Amino acid sequence: MSALLRHLAFEFRSGIRNRTLLLLNYLFPVGFYALMGLLMTQINPMFQEAIVPSMAVFAALAATMLGLPDPLVAAREAGIFRTYKINGVPAAAIVIIPAVTASLHATLVAAVIAITAPALFGGSSPSNWWAFAATFAATVLACGGLAVLIGVVSSSTRVTVLWSQLVFIPSMILGGMTGMPPELLPESLGRLARLLPPTHAMQAFAGWAMQATMSPTARLSLAILVAGGLLSFGLAIYLFDWDRHNDTRRGHPLMGLLALLPYAIGVLWQI
Amino acid sequence: MSEIAISVDAMTKSYGELVAVDGISFEVSRGEVFGLLGPNGAGKTTTLETLEGLREPDQGRLRVLGVDPFRRPRKLRDLIGVQLQSGALPENIHVGEAMGLFCAYHGVDPRDDLLDRMDLSSKRKAQYHELSAGQQRRLALALAVAHDPPVVFLDEPTAGLDVPSRVGLHALIRELQGSGTTIVLATHDMAEAEEMANRVAILLHGKIAATGSPLELTATGAGLTKILARTERGCLLGGHTHLPDISHQTVKGPYWICYSTDTGPTLSALIAHIEAQGDALIDLRVERPSLEDRFLEIVGSGDKA
Repeated sequence: MSALLRHLAFEFRSGIRNRTLLLLNYLFPVGFYALMGLLMTQINPMFQEAIVPSMAVFAALAATMLGLPDPLVAAREAGIFRTYKINGVPAAAIVIIPAVTASLHATLVAAVIAITAPALFGGSSPSNWWAFAATFAATVLACGGLAVLIGVVSSSTRVTVLWSQLVFIPSMILGGMTGMPPELLPESLGRLARLLPPTHAMQAFAGWAMQATMSPTARLSLAILVAGGLLSFGLAIYLFDWDRHNDTRRGHPLMGLLALLPYAIGVLWQI
Repeated sequence: MSEIAISVDAMTKSYGELVAVDGISFEVSRGEVFGLLGPNGAGKTTTLETLEGLREPDQGRLRVLGVDPFRRPRKLRDLIGVQLQSGALPENIHVGEAMGLFCAYHGVDPRDDLLDRMDLSSKRKAQYHELSAGQQRRLALALAVAHDPPVVFLDEPTAGLDVPSRVGLHALIRELQGSGTTIVLATHDMAEAEEMANRVAILLHGKIAATGSPLELTATGAGLTKILARTERGCLLGGHTHLPDISHQTVKGPYWICYSTDTGPTLSALIAHIEAQGDALIDLRVERPSLEDRFLEIVGSGDKA
């Protein structure tokens, strides 16, 4: 087995062995899905249309934005990256492999949601399963990239929590996961919502996976997600620091804000 | 042992205002065990981490088997094995997984025999955080040497280990040396350095205060021999005893202790003095200065300077 596959297998198992990651990868999204399925479908029957994509996005958001940054910072502070470096583990592997495994965990949960929601809560199935899979892949790419970037640039675990919540909480409220599309938000909040990956994910699901044809908005939202994800991973690898004190990186941490560029374009074009 | 494995020439490394390493130079021959000694903050770990490619020197020229550690880290990684003082592994990784993972990154098969040697075979399925501090250190050492590197850096390898583990680790170091591995050993343990190292360098305030074999170092210095004596009636304990060639004297419990510059005359005079006092000798010990004595002497004179 190659080193990268071994590393991937270890990180995947770690997402199950570690109780916090197990909670964030599986128990939290599945529990929230059950709660939303039981409550929201009764309060707002329209939510049945959105339960599959919104809970899939929630699973991606929980596994990446809540599950990825903190272990990265903790590993750097513990000196694990230094051990990796002297044993030849590339920086890109340290950044990408945890994001890939978090995405795999989120994919399993999303699959369970997509399969069970119609039977359990009368949820609508995706019209185009390939489009659903592609949109979900773009979503985890965008969320995973942003999450590892937060982990790389944060000086401590406390700062990580701050940045993660700065994305997670507005995403929950404004990202369309509760069934409220961003068009219904006041203009200023609508702009803020468009800076968040889940908003574009929900637009892509609604405009492609959940209907027969692909809408122009969905296409642009997908492009923003992919561009944002790739830019975030690129910046995370560039700004990655092996050192425990995180003070020898190649650029200033604020360079990380460049990852928001595709989303800012989305705001300007009102995508 | 004449071929040079490691060369450090006028290396300087600072952290802000603090000069951690100040223009040090030394060479380590192939197959040599080279000890880096010094009090906390002397620059041992910085020197090691710079040689390992973890830190960039501010000035100076470093080579490990001809490779610049900071400029060519990929070339270096298979040439060296490192046990870091402040390294760690993911807390959920199994012992066997760690061995498999790092061996795979070095392109070699997992070395289960080393887990046996380090008494870790029963812990193969244990997670890293379940290991004791000593077991974590033994695992780090096993991982450091698993790919048979020609150069091994060990930073405080026996700190926190119990006696059997230390003995086992020393045996492994000797075995590595026997197979031609060059070992750089940073340690606080003078007895360990004296026993294991062919040569040592004593670092003080980022500079090399002394270098040489443990025998050479103990022979240079003040060269004082420690003489301990205990008599039946304690005739030596009362006050200052006038004997030839004594540097200074003290009393510890029932023992009278002196430091002699010329052991023969001091001993003859001591025995004659005891007999003259009508006392009888119960215990007499003559100890050559240890590396620790020499180290304390150097550190003491360095601090005064």
